[in-house]
Amino acid sequence: MSDLHTLGVAQLSALLQNKDIGAVELATRMLARLGGNPHNAFLSVDSEVTLAQAKAADARIATGDTSPLLGVPIAHKDIFVTADFPTTAGSRILEGYRSPFNATVVQRMGEAGMVTLGKLSCDEFAMGSANENVAVPSAKPQAVTNPWDVSRIPGGSSGGSAAAVAACLTPAATGTDTGGSIRQPAAFCGITGIKPTYGRASRYGMVAFASSLDQAGPMARNAEDCALLLSAMCGPDLDRDSTSLDVKAEDFSRDLNKPLKGLRVGVPHEFFADGLASDVRGPINTALENLKSQGATLVSIALPRTSLSIPVYYIIAPAEASSNLSRFDGVKFGHRAKDFTDLADMYEKTRTEGFGDEVKRRIMIGSYVLSHGYYDAYYLQAQKIRRMIADDFQEAFKQCDVIAGPVAPTVAWKLGDKSDDPLANYLADIFTLPASLAGLPGMSIPVGFGEGHMPVGMQLIGNYLQEAKLLNVAHQFQLATEFHLKTPGGAA
Amino acid sequence: MSALLVHGYEVVIGFETHAQLSTQSKIFSRASTAFGAEPNTQACAVDLALPGTLPVMNKGAVERAIQLGLALGSYIAERSIFARKNYFYPDLPKGYQISQFEIPVVQGGVVSFFMEEGKETVHKTVRLVRAHLEEDAGKSLHEDFIAQTGIDLNRAGTPLLEIVTEPDMRSSAEAVAYAKELHKIVTWIGICDGNMQEGSFRCDANVSVRKPGAPLGTRREIKNLNSFKFMQQAIDYEVRWQIEQIEDGHAIQQATVLFNPDTGETRAMRTKEDAADYRYFPDPDLPPLVIGRDWVERVRSEMAELPRVMAERFVTQYGLPEYDATQLTQSKAMAAYFEATAKACGQAKLASNWIMGDVSRRLNAGEMTIEQSPVSAAQLAALIGRINDNTISNNAARQVFDALWSEGGANVDDATADATRVDAIIDAKGLKQMNDSGELEKIIDEVLAANPKNVEEFKAGNAKALNGLVGPIMKASKGKANPAQVNEFLLKKLS
Repeated sequence: MSDLHTLGVAQLSALLQNKDIGAVELATRMLARLGGNPHNAFLSVDSEVTLAQAKAADARIATGDTSPLLGVPIAHKDIFVTADFPTTAGSRILEGYRSPFNATVVQRMGEAGMVTLGKLSCDEFAMGSANENVAVPSAKPQAVTNPWDVSRIPGGSSGGSAAAVAACLTPAATGTDTGGSIRQPAAFCGITGIKPTYGRASRYGMVAFASSLDQAGPMARNAEDCALLLSAMCGPDLDRDSTSLDVKAEDFSRDLNKPLKGLRVGVPHEFFADGLASDVRGPINTALENLKSQGATLVSIALPRTSLSIPVYYIIAPAEASSNLSRFDGVKFGHRAKDFTDLADMYEKTRTEGFGDEVKRRIMIGSYVLSHGYYDAYYLQAQKIRRMIADDFQEAFKQCDVIAGPVAPTVAWKLGDKSDDPLANYLADIFTLPASLAGLPGMSIPVGFGEGHMPVGMQLIGNYLQEAKLLNVAHQFQLATEFHLKTPGGAA
Repeated sequence: MSALLVHGYEVVIGFETHAQLSTQSKIFSRASTAFGAEPNTQACAVDLALPGTLPVMNKGAVERAIQLGLALGSYIAERSIFARKNYFYPDLPKGYQISQFEIPVVQGGVVSFFMEEGKETVHKTVRLVRAHLEEDAGKSLHEDFIAQTGIDLNRAGTPLLEIVTEPDMRSSAEAVAYAKELHKIVTWIGICDGNMQEGSFRCDANVSVRKPGAPLGTRREIKNLNSFKFMQQAIDYEVRWQIEQIEDGHAIQQATVLFNPDTGETRAMRTKEDAADYRYFPDPDLPPLVIGRDWVERVRSEMAELPRVMAERFVTQYGLPEYDATQLTQSKAMAAYFEATAKACGQAKLASNWIMGDVSRRLNAGEMTIEQSPVSAAQLAALIGRINDNTISNNAARQVFDALWSEGGANVDDATADATRVDAIIDAKGLKQMNDSGELEKIIDEVLAANPKNVEEFKAGNAKALNGLVGPIMKASKGKANPAQVNEFLLKKLS
């Protein structure tokens, strides 16, 4: 079993349950691959903590516990607070911070018996689509690289998560998606990731970026694994998160094997306009044909306000962020400037030193759109359009069961290509933002390769609480294709 | 109204009151709200705003807001919105306060009360604009540290109801009367402990002056008035100051001011120019607060009888004058004491007289509340019963009352024991009235014989001469004679 690390969650679970391998042995072998921090994917590891968790999992297996995730390794995006590992959110301002409690998502994966390998790099406070905005460790912050081509970005903000799964450093990772932060890096790294309906997974313990958009989700090798992970992750957390949906946890694997015959797949023409690169368009079209060949029908639909989702998102998300990030003031926790003359000076220096450029940019945009005299013109107007975007989806879902299209207009770009051009970064989010603004579930599955043999991801968007349907479509596609089995050179 | 003008100016006052709600835990976390703990021992992860924490609404706070709304005849919004008020301050852990801005939970309503104006008792009403839920900030402690500021976050997240009036008050006396009435209502319905020293009931007064008929003047807000006495002093000073400014040709600048009880003056803290832009927006962590009508009705059915309603009932049920009924419903405990006494002795008016008389006098002298009264309602009722069945005179009753008061042995759990105690004191002190007419007649005959001059004068038509006879008779009976009986016998013998 020399290729253990290339196996997925379900496969490892079978081996563990069969006692072909123990959780401690598996964790030890996975930890051994993290030396030198490949692709700069991890921000912290602690083998003692990991092995203790693995030992506990072995003990549960020995008692006959057959929980499907028991003993399977996972790594968490550093946006989730953890009691056993430091939490930085990729920011200098939280460097050295340790939470006294675990995020609900972390707690639930732990209760399911998963073994934590460590914390994964991300854009600072989840703000970015390239994982270049990472500011820790402050002595030498490192951008995460794409395992398919280390001169390219892995996508963001869950770039560490995507790179770690793609490079076979972990079979599973958690990510968070505010405007595409699970789907886009999953697409760029050729893995599978799903963002559930807003409110499905608890936000308690997620360092908040934009509260009305943030949503946790799993990233793994395939839809089957994502279904297992999502089943453990979701469920109401009403005592800790007021936006948590009062909807029972589900077995998201239940519909995986349904045939696609009769499925109506909506294809929004706005997603296939001129901005879409031809090397992405090709694989997406082929994937759509595959669904058709399995008995699905393709329906042309309209999402007329797709382009408006960019300005709407870049008003609402920074507005919420500007307020959410006010607590990082040097008073209670995290970084505090050393020399200051008075309170205002302490705030100013602490935040100037502690936040990176992109975070500062968004705090300024957010403060501006909320300020007196501008609130109505920007924030209120954006909220109105947000509602219309959600209505557009409901109109579309009258004609189709799921919506399919590209995740991003291009494949992963070169490191540094857009780092001086925030606007170019923002525009690349165009296909993931609409579902985020509507609070709909969305996922990304690998459907081929584009320019430079870089992975191309197809996005599937479902109606509220229709995660099982998305996973069904994705699984059926993966039964018929092998893109999800490909690993970058060097990973295997 | 002209009587209320101050140097020809009309005074206009509006109030904002922060009532701390009497919940066990905080408005958005489960930490305790108890007062006086060691700094930062009652602040949990949510109160400290640790990364990843989120607010969860305390239903008890909402319920208390509903209670106030029902008590004041307000509209309880079916859907209200929590907003973030953003500003940086060390004792504000999140960098924003969760409050209600555009759509508050309680809308409209009226506080009505009686007050003395000149020689008349006048009915006043003050309209509410709104009452909204919000969280308190922590405390910055500047005094205890040298060149540093201590932060105590125990208070952070304590539930507050901010109660805002229209500018309906026209004098400092009216403002104080309003504040007292509101204080009475919130403590009566039990949503706030009303402790002003501990900051449970904090008033801000918006004060302006104008010539009668002129548009509203520019207001200044006096912050944190934590006693009724300071409230009146502060407003009076502020009114004089504003009138002087205007008379001297200066315009009033909108400002927030603080009252210094030591100097009796108000001083500007900040003016409108340095007012912050709070960047209010709906809190995305909290869905709209939805209050179904069934919830409102449930709260209504569980609510205590309001003072005004209770006073009306006292008038109809016990035949009390309105004045008595109003006085006895100044606090819930006082009203309960009255009802217990009246029910036990069946003499409501006598009970009212005693409570508003001797009991209140002794309580005031000792700066005590009715709950601390050493004489229980059962004892008072037993005492009244003994007056009523002619066992003792009023004077003797007063002696018994004093004895009960000083021994402080009220046993509220045992009414029989309390009644027995009253009789025991009457016996021990020998206060029983003389009900043996033979003995009384003997005393009267002796006194008449000893005072022939008074007898003569009375018979000559001087009715006052009778008093000169009653005194010695009472004395000879050691106060045990029933004065009515003495009068009756005297007149019979002298006729």
